[in-house]
Amino acid sequence: MPHADSPASFLDAPTGFRSWLLTHDHKRIGILYAIAITAFFFVGGAAAVLIRTELATPQGDVLTADGYNEAFTVHGVVMVWFFLIPSIPSVLGNILLPLMLGARDLAFPRLNLASWYLYALGGIFTIACLIAGGADTGWTFYTPFSTLFSNSNVLLVVVGVFIVGFSSILTGLNFIVTIHSLRAPGMHWFRMPLFAWTMYATSLVMILATPVLSMTLVLIGLERVFGVGIFDPSLGGDPLLFQHLFWFYSHPAVYIMVLPAMGVVSEIIPCFVRKRIFGYRFMIYSIMAIAIVGFFVWGHHMFVSGQSMYAGIVFSLLSFVVAIPSAIKVFNWTATLYKGSISFEAPMLYALGFVGLFLLGGLTGLFLAATALDVHLTDTYFVVAHFHYIMVGGAVMAYMGGIHFWWPKVTGRLYPEAWARFAAILMFFGFNFTFLPQFVLGFLGMPRRYHAYDPEFGLLNAFSSGGAAVLATAYLLPLGYLSWSLFYGARSPANPWAASGLEWQTSSPPPTHNFLETPRVDGGPYEYSPSQAEAEAEAEAEASA
Amino acid sequence: MSRAISPAEPFDDIEQQSGAATFGMWVFLATEVLFFGVLFAAYAYCRVQDPQGFVLASRHTDLLLGGIESVILLLSAAAAAWATALLRRDENRASANLLWGAAGLGALFMALHLYEYWKDYGEGLVPGLRFTYTGLHAQTVERFYALYYAMTLVHLLHLLIGIVLLAFYAREVRRQRIGAAYATPVMCVALYWDFVDMVWIFLFPMLYLLDRS
Repeated sequence: MPHADSPASFLDAPTGFRSWLLTHDHKRIGILYAIAITAFFFVGGAAAVLIRTELATPQGDVLTADGYNEAFTVHGVVMVWFFLIPSIPSVLGNILLPLMLGARDLAFPRLNLASWYLYALGGIFTIACLIAGGADTGWTFYTPFSTLFSNSNVLLVVVGVFIVGFSSILTGLNFIVTIHSLRAPGMHWFRMPLFAWTMYATSLVMILATPVLSMTLVLIGLERVFGVGIFDPSLGGDPLLFQHLFWFYSHPAVYIMVLPAMGVVSEIIPCFVRKRIFGYRFMIYSIMAIAIVGFFVWGHHMFVSGQSMYAGIVFSLLSFVVAIPSAIKVFNWTATLYKGSISFEAPMLYALGFVGLFLLGGLTGLFLAATALDVHLTDTYFVVAHFHYIMVGGAVMAYMGGIHFWWPKVTGRLYPEAWARFAAILMFFGFNFTFLPQFVLGFLGMPRRYHAYDPEFGLLNAFSSGGAAVLATAYLLPLGYLSWSLFYGARSPANPWAASGLEWQTSSPPPTHNFLETPRVDGGPYEYSPSQAEAEAEAEAEASA
Repeated sequence: MSRAISPAEPFDDIEQQSGAATFGMWVFLATEVLFFGVLFAAYAYCRVQDPQGFVLASRHTDLLLGGIESVILLLSAAAAAWATALLRRDENRASANLLWGAAGLGALFMALHLYEYWKDYGEGLVPGLRFTYTGLHAQTVERFYALYYAMTLVHLLHLLIGIVLLAFYAREVRRQRIGAAYATPVMCVALYWDFVDMVWIFLFPMLYLLDRS
């Protein structure tokens, strides 16, 4: 039912295409991102369908070897830079960060819009590369292949990724300044929701890691166009230098993808357990520890590259160290469940799915952090399965959970709960059917990046491809029912989940300036029953009795 | 203080806006450090592999021109910083002149550096376009110049942006569109400009001086 007394929402006024494409409203920009990112998700997904179709049988029959290389390059590039990295920060972060802090907008609204246009421009270059025939270097652009040997359109996609990098740098900059300067009165650092903290940590990684990728791509461009030898061994260059620079960005980039996911889950779980998050401060310390230690583990991608043994040992140790804060977070989410009144709405199903899949992905990461075992597992499907558990099982599950959790807030409509639960469960099973067999395949020695393989791997690959079909269906479902709910879904009240957090105190959808008057904050986040006040009153009553 | 200025969305007051803008520039400069950091790291990595080649190569750079350029850029940086201080004291005219001066010195630096490029081209020291050096450590010398061009071109691009910004704000300050009431934009540009100059302070010894004698 529409609220007669609620103010005009940001969706209603002003109207027209111009008002959207030139908007400074962080919520509208978030929606622009959501549309663009969804489109890229299905481009990357289409490439995944090609890959899994090819791998359904041992013979290379659907794609040529070159075509297969191009398919997995598109899949990697699009999914990493055009979906995963911007997904939660640019969509949910953009929409929610000012709401959670009690601000009217991000600190630099025009810069925010510019970030979206940079994203779109980078996307155009990448699509242009696809249309021109694609690139075949893999998403890592390893030299000297990318600079000397590849005859595909490497330069176009490199320019695309270079541009989209600035989109993420500027988004990070905007978030950091917003968190520092636009918190509502009373919103201390240690009263911020964990989602805001993960946005802070992610932004730090974005501004400090992404420029390294940008400049490395510039060097690739110089080497490819002018034939100068920085990375090319035949000209006296060193390909290892490229790997160091690339992974200095790309390992922290993993945390750009997964830290926001942790933030989303930390908001969802307390709400559907009706309890405060367990170990709030330790959650913050571990978020920051992950962001910082994550900068010093890149060498674990290079154990077999010929880097020195001592470097290998140090990187191995540090990689074990970075697992500790991640483990603390898993323990804390689990401890939050203890004695809670748990209900299993769709966002909670996604969040629980995240915790389980992230746990598996994280633990198999320790296998790979052990240098001796890594020599056996490098470039096998074990690695592919490991990072998909983190990226897809972790980050995508959390993104879906977040989309469902805040859908009523942003759109003002309720989504069909039964369908959503069905899709969440289907996604979980589809995901495991796809990637669990790949752990086994990798351990048996199946190498990645080949379009044909030994027939002994046939059965498990058939399982994996079947699972991918289920997973694809599960991804299409929300596209259907969420779009349906935009037009036919029941109107949502301001706070359908009875959740804490400033974003739920304003109307759904919020007015353009978020709050009619700047909110005041006089307590911590996650004020669920028993809230701090109730608990104190109870203790007092017991003491007096 | 001159007339009051209303803050831009989403700020409550001009102090908050000023603080956020300044902090934003610092965050941006942190990004820039990492951006240039790649080049410094690549330089160090390559130099360690063949230090002699790097020494040989650096002897082909023009020490005198490089030295003059360094002085010019330091003067320019000082002018930009001074312009900010003057603007805060409501001395728009002097401030605008200094900003013009900073931009002009920046342009002079660029001109001298382009002249160095032209000389390199004549000597056949431009990898990819005209590289004719065939003496000892030829491969390393080419690599040195590849890095030299990557570093100085990225630096020149930053200078160009800085010069445009300085000239733009010189005009704004002269026309009284910016004053003591809100000097933050000029200060942010000066911050950026001083950072770009500082990059040169590292580039100069690395490319021209180290072990040269």
